[in-house]
Amino acid sequence: MTLAAVIAEIEKLYFDIDLDAVAAWKARTHQKAIGTLPVYVPREIVTAAEMLPVGLMGAGAQIEIIRGDAYFQSYICQLPRSTIELALTKRLAVLDGFLFPSTCDVIRNLSGMWQLLFPDTFVRYLDLPQASGAVAARYHRRDLEKLARELGDLSGHPVTNASLASAIARHNKNRAVLDRIYELRAKAPWTFPTREVYLLLRAANLLDVDDHTRLVERYIAAATRENRPVRDHTRVVVVGAFCEQPPLELIQTLEAAGCYIVDDDWVLGPRWLQGPVAPGADALQALANAYLAQSVASPLKFEPGIRKGDALVETVRARRAEGVIFCAPSFCDPALLEQPMLEAALARAGIPSTAFKYAENLGQFQVIREQAGTFSDSIRLWGAA
Amino acid sequence: MNKGVRKEPSMVKQKELIANHFTRLSKARALGKKVVYTFVPGNLTELLAAFDVLPVLPEINALQSGMRKLSARYIAEAERAGHSEDVCTYVKCDIGMGMTGNVGPTGEPLPEPDLLLLSYTGCFVFMKWFELLRERYKCPVAMLHVPYQGEGVVTPEMTAYVVEQLKTEVIPKLEAVTGRRYDEARLRAALALSAKAEDDFVWVLDSAKNRPSPIDAYFGGVYYIGPIFTAFRGTAEGADYYATLRREVEERLAAGESPLTPEGQMGREKYRLVVEGPPNWTSFREFWKMFYDEGAVVVASTYTKVGGLYDQGFRHNPERPLETLAEYCMGCYTNLNLPSRTALIEKYVRDFHADGFLFNSVKSCNSFSAGQLLMLREIEKRTGVPGGFIESDLVDPRYFSEANIKNRIESYLQMIEQKRRGTTEFREQSAESPAVSRRERNGEPDGDGGRTPPIPPKHGGFREPT
Repeated sequence: MTLAAVIAEIEKLYFDIDLDAVAAWKARTHQKAIGTLPVYVPREIVTAAEMLPVGLMGAGAQIEIIRGDAYFQSYICQLPRSTIELALTKRLAVLDGFLFPSTCDVIRNLSGMWQLLFPDTFVRYLDLPQASGAVAARYHRRDLEKLARELGDLSGHPVTNASLASAIARHNKNRAVLDRIYELRAKAPWTFPTREVYLLLRAANLLDVDDHTRLVERYIAAATRENRPVRDHTRVVVVGAFCEQPPLELIQTLEAAGCYIVDDDWVLGPRWLQGPVAPGADALQALANAYLAQSVASPLKFEPGIRKGDALVETVRARRAEGVIFCAPSFCDPALLEQPMLEAALARAGIPSTAFKYAENLGQFQVIREQAGTFSDSIRLWGAA
Repeated sequence: MNKGVRKEPSMVKQKELIANHFTRLSKARALGKKVVYTFVPGNLTELLAAFDVLPVLPEINALQSGMRKLSARYIAEAERAGHSEDVCTYVKCDIGMGMTGNVGPTGEPLPEPDLLLLSYTGCFVFMKWFELLRERYKCPVAMLHVPYQGEGVVTPEMTAYVVEQLKTEVIPKLEAVTGRRYDEARLRAALALSAKAEDDFVWVLDSAKNRPSPIDAYFGGVYYIGPIFTAFRGTAEGADYYATLRREVEERLAAGESPLTPEGQMGREKYRLVVEGPPNWTSFREFWKMFYDEGAVVVASTYTKVGGLYDQGFRHNPERPLETLAEYCMGCYTNLNLPSRTALIEKYVRDFHADGFLFNSVKSCNSFSAGQLLMLREIEKRTGVPGGFIESDLVDPRYFSEANIKNRIESYLQMIEQKRRGTTEFREQSAESPAVSRRERNGEPDGDGGRTPPIPPKHGGFREPT
């Protein structure tokens, strides 16, 4: 498969807000599909129930928000508006149920809105534990067991330990290939530009996990064959965009402004668990334990005894980044409340940073280009001083 | 409006209770007391008292700063330090207060925490707030994850989870900080006092079912909740306050009196409203005046349930001390899912025979605000009673537009009036309404000519564009 063919496929999937790919999968497999809101849900359980987990991340700037705005005040972020708009315009009709994880108060309340608006649809709020240790592990396992039972009932394919272990293995492969592309990009960001890596990640929202793993492998093979020029760019880590996604043009703008993005936190769901999960004798318990012990450092999960920002500083150093760009959606409580703590950690470590906000339907990028360009220039010109 | 400003004994008592608490806090170090910062929803006041520690509630500090006109300065300090203009102003007010000396209402600095007790109940921001405070104070944090009622119920598994956390996380940390052992007998005694106070508190809230209502369950209600939501649940002083309050309200009810306002007794009750959402604190008096000047009394509110849904039957139970604390935490208003919140407001509209219901949507609080527009439409559909919608903020005066809000409230009340006039033909149907009118009980004509008639379903506020 040529690089151009892979890019054409992932671009098509990115713009597929009508979920044609999901409809095609359903027609092919005669199985059901479950929409999952950002950020983390254990997609392995959906897979084990022989359903397709479909990542929902708003609509970007692809649709005009006509009805969605009537459901939210001006000071609430953009993602729930476009998600409601997608639902009211029947673009999510192909989905057979929805999972809402405990990402923030807005996503949580959106689950209640779904219950009110679509009373005949399967809606499940997933309260991920903020506690730790054995108490949380037991509770989370019980909750996952209930979820597995409900999804099995919905699909007609009960989730067994064997089916879940198999699903975990498939998602482990996917995690491994995503880790690999992130490693490769950090080593040679000119070969694996972020626009393409991002589109690959977004494809994980709509594809069967095995199909996605193969697609990433094909991309890596095709991109490696390309001889792309090395530019005098600044290596940066981008954080804050783990839920509502930046417009694709914003990502291109950062690259065009002279930034090589060597790590980021967008489309974090498939990358939430760090490293493989060992299913063991009790696959549900393994998933519960993995959430408690293998979650990526994020603003969404309480970590006792960990100093905020240490993980970010570590990432900056591991990726040999020269600075950090805080790029958070407007009105995003988790990202914006976290940011001062991360900025303080970077300041302590002597790592430069800059910050701006966006909405998924942002249409003007000139100011961001100037800000990112100035940031990049300042590091290149004076960074070593 | 009766302009005679009256201070009732409960008001004096409430003020003294709160002032004494802050005085104790300012002397905590000298008295050798340990201090725990925690939050109102899901607070474990009785457990803290069993360890003889003093609670500090940052959101109470923030609202008091708002009422004392200090919040704008504190918020500006926090924003200058890099906190976003988009996030909760309670948090920024508290951070700014901390940056400028952490001076409490007594004029003396509040003590630093020995422990941050993070009761993660109904609000994601609480977690980030205490992470910020952890960075500042470098003290231990006890995380109590309170499961959300996503499916509208509290299951035995959820209760067991919270109880296990109390046993393995909260109590051991309190023991470590205080050097005391957990004393269950002391906890049980406090819980018994809680239940007594809760009985009287609920009686007071329910008194608003009468016409005229002897209380305002929102603006007056925020004073009533002060002791039970903060440091005085489970204390003899707290129980005494609610007994006193109940006696006063009983007298007002017997005398057919309207609620007391800052300008004296309210005039004729013209509109009975249910209010959803927290009040604005920076212009609290002005906000209240917009209602009582128009004869609007709030007969039920959801904000007065953020510290517990006692009016729906919950009582702390000394026979099951840890389980009852767990169930309390999970039952707080903002821990309910949207269908449950919607059903509760619908119930209030019916039970309290409200003419309307009003949402005060605050910018700071997504936990309250996200989804309110849909709730409003749903309640209108179910009850046929018109809903109103205004926007303000908790403690950021930049988001309280007095003229705009006043205009909206007046327009909303006019709409209720017009609906009333336009639906007189429905009055006959209201005979089955069980609204208790004191004047009617006594065979007297009612102030507004009788019970509020049912109003045919029609949207008064939010409409979905077609």
